[in-house]
Amino acid sequence: MGFFNSLGCATMAWLRSAHASLAFLGESVVCAMTAIVRPRQFRFGDFLLAFQRATFDGLPITTGIGFLLGVILAFQSAAALQQFGVEVYISDLLTIALFRELGPLVTAIILAGRSGSAFAAEIGIMKVNEELDALTTMGLPPVRFLVLPRVMAAILSMPILTIFAELAGLIGGAIILDVMRVPTPVFWGHVTATATVFMITLGLTKGAIFGMLVGLIGCSAGMRARQTSDGVGTAATSAVVGSIVAIAVTDGVLAVLCYTWGI
Amino acid sequence: MGDLKAMAEENIIELERVDAGYPGAVILKDVSFAIRRGEVFILLGGSGCGKSTIMKHMIGLNPILAGRLTVAGMEWGRRTRAALCRKIGVMYQSGALFGSMTCLENVMLPLEEFTRMKQTERRARAMALLKDVEMGDAADKLPSEISGGMRKRAAIARAMALDPEVVFLDEPSAGLDPITSSALDDLILRLKEETRKTFVVVTHELPSIFKIADRAAMFDKARHGLIALGAPQELKDGSDDPFVRKFFNRGEA
Repeated sequence: MGFFNSLGCATMAWLRSAHASLAFLGESVVCAMTAIVRPRQFRFGDFLLAFQRATFDGLPITTGIGFLLGVILAFQSAAALQQFGVEVYISDLLTIALFRELGPLVTAIILAGRSGSAFAAEIGIMKVNEELDALTTMGLPPVRFLVLPRVMAAILSMPILTIFAELAGLIGGAIILDVMRVPTPVFWGHVTATATVFMITLGLTKGAIFGMLVGLIGCSAGMRARQTSDGVGTAATSAVVGSIVAIAVTDGVLAVLCYTWGI
Repeated sequence: MGDLKAMAEENIIELERVDAGYPGAVILKDVSFAIRRGEVFILLGGSGCGKSTIMKHMIGLNPILAGRLTVAGMEWGRRTRAALCRKIGVMYQSGALFGSMTCLENVMLPLEEFTRMKQTERRARAMALLKDVEMGDAADKLPSEISGGMRKRAAIARAMALDPEVVFLDEPSAGLDPITSSALDDLILRLKEETRKTFVVVTHELPSIFKIADRAAMFDKARHGLIALGAPQELKDGSDDPFVRKFFNRGEA
């Protein structure tokens, strides 16, 4: 009896959570459509503030991690490729890995840690302070007011952050290859020969999709924060964990699709 | 019930056999009363009796579980929500001012969203409202830079920005010293005289109740319902209910 009771409770909790997530997603889509038809409804000032915090404030850490990623990738692949005397191909490997996969992936994880948790905490604190209730009773949908600007900021900041992370990664790789006596002009020659517009666009599109996931999951966690002392902390944690899981799953699905379609 | 219908013209809020609470948890059962236009009406009772819950139903935050609740003749619903939101203003217990905006911007927000006023007109109207609640000097301050009492004053100004018919005040005295609390009561009385609006106040502060209330509804947690309705002095002097007597005599039966 205890087992079935627990199973039933867990199922009901999951269904309620899924229902709330779907309702939130639906409301977000409706608000986004309404903002397209009536641009005056879009809170441009709030968007700019969220964009500045997500993009410009996040640039140093994203660039730094991108640079280290390039350094580590170059070092690790050098161990294998040096045995065949083809260190120069590290540049090809770096280009493909950073532009197609690791650039958007690592940037999205940083965005989830910085901005996703911040979105959840900001909105969670507003919920604790009854500010969400205040918006609702004023007739202002919290999704339009709080979620849309943040999600748009996350979507638009991702391609910019991704480009910086990728370039920093390539610079890191170039420095390591220079130490290994591969001249920098040769490195950049291989990079420009390997990178295609399609590859770069694919990576940036993935980045924008990851940004949307981080924005939606972060804001959703904040809106569902419990009004208790640990509610905001739990919301921030679930925003980061949920975002990383969603990014990993989406990346996996996109990788399978790209492989299936031969792109 | 007949009385309620007879007074329908002057009633701004009516509850008929309302069950209040949350899905799966009924807090108050079968509650019926009406709030008249222009009065200061108090929802009172002990902690956890459901007075804030019933206010949340009145302001459209939570749907009622059973019965009928009308505000200005309309029930809360998808089609009436926008119109009803314009008819009410709410001051929350914490003030619920938006932390990233100054007091002036907080008061300007509803004007910006719901009126076609120019920026200068909005600013002038918001300043006038803030001066009305004696907050003109703190217009450019952030909520974090002012005291709890000032936050509540600014929240009242925001609640009145769109000239609503009913202003709801949730625990206005909570967390305030007696002098600030009394000043807030004076403000409520002055606003009532000047604007002729209806004020619905959730509180259990006896000095406030006797100072500002025209009538009050009292709820009891144990009986899950409305146990007394009338002017506070009448309730104190005339009620036979032991809980009501005990409440008004500060715990002494």
